[in-house]
Amino acid sequence: MADRIKLQVARYRPEREAEATFDEYEVPCPKDWVVLDGLNHVKDRIDGTLAYRWSCRMGVCGSCGMMVNGEPKLTCATFLADYAPGPIRVEPLRNFPVVRDLIVDIGDFMRKLVTVRPWIVREEEKPLSAGEYLQTPEQMDDYKQYSMCINCMLCYAACPVYGLDPLFIGPAAIALAQRYNLDSRDEGAAERHRVLSEHEGIWGCTFVGECTRVCPKHVDPAGAIQRYKLTAAVETVKAFFMPRGA
Amino acid sequence: MSPGQVQPEYRQRVLPPRVSTLWWLGKGTYFAFILRELSCVFVAWFVAYLLLLVRAVSQGDASYQEFLAWSATTPILLLNLVSFLFLIFHTVTFFDAAPRAMVMKVGRNRVPGRVVLAGHYAGWAAASAIVCWLLLGA
Repeated sequence: MADRIKLQVARYRPEREAEATFDEYEVPCPKDWVVLDGLNHVKDRIDGTLAYRWSCRMGVCGSCGMMVNGEPKLTCATFLADYAPGPIRVEPLRNFPVVRDLIVDIGDFMRKLVTVRPWIVREEEKPLSAGEYLQTPEQMDDYKQYSMCINCMLCYAACPVYGLDPLFIGPAAIALAQRYNLDSRDEGAAERHRVLSEHEGIWGCTFVGECTRVCPKHVDPAGAIQRYKLTAAVETVKAFFMPRGA
Repeated sequence: MSPGQVQPEYRQRVLPPRVSTLWWLGKGTYFAFILRELSCVFVAWFVAYLLLLVRAVSQGDASYQEFLAWSATTPILLLNLVSFLFLIFHTVTFFDAAPRAMVMKVGRNRVPGRVVLAGHYAGWAAASAIVCWLLLGA
């Protein structure tokens, strides 16, 4: 196995460049090094100006998502050795504005996320003295898969619909809305329905399915969206035949 | 900065995202998606073909024979063959989505996706068998 590998890293320095360029760095390639280790090596030993996000190094924080050889990946979970003999091309996540080098602006997602109210909504909170909101393991299983989302944005980078239509609310926001819709403690489904059932909500999705394929936490956003399409269609039919409610 | 002077708004010079017109050629799964979208055109063609058949039948035997002769021409045969392949592709990909959209439960247990999928294929087989019986057996 090669003991070194080349990284072709996208650079964008807005103060002096109008377009992104690529710089090439050679880094060690021990079998336990991930792409993020390679970038940290570049930053620490070769070029301190390289800018990128990272935090936990263990696939939990969702900060280090980048395009690795054209695929959205968590760089802390992508081994250099898997790409030997290289080179490995590292770019910022697709479909987002690039702020600098490998750092993208995810403000659009953050603004859209709050519109689906990704928290437990209660019409009326019960007093603390009434105790916890209890939930059975089966009730928890209903939403647990969707609760694994770490907002890493790989699904947005993989989604051509989001790339082509920036108004589309996107896979993670819809999966997180479903996470709360399916929570037995939540009563906010009707509020979320207004946002999700718009054209830029679930109906914008054409089920390419790439969001699910690239998700490092097996959330299945594409499944969440198709599932909510069925729910929304049933709700529409119910509203048509029973305009005053059941 | 002197008092009263307004700080100009800081605007970050970002690199906007760009999507190539040929983005769908960049990956096998994107290409398969585009083929699936394209398959709708062939679904529409089969609907139109069926309506033409109904019209020919309603106009009498001569019209029906003329329709059959037209259907046997090479361009129509080729078009129908390609349409049939696209319809199979459309159906299979549509069925693949079904277990993810339909979450069914029996008691407290979720019905496995492969059972939902098998149900769809069984329905397809049953519908095809009925059509075959109507065409060949009745």
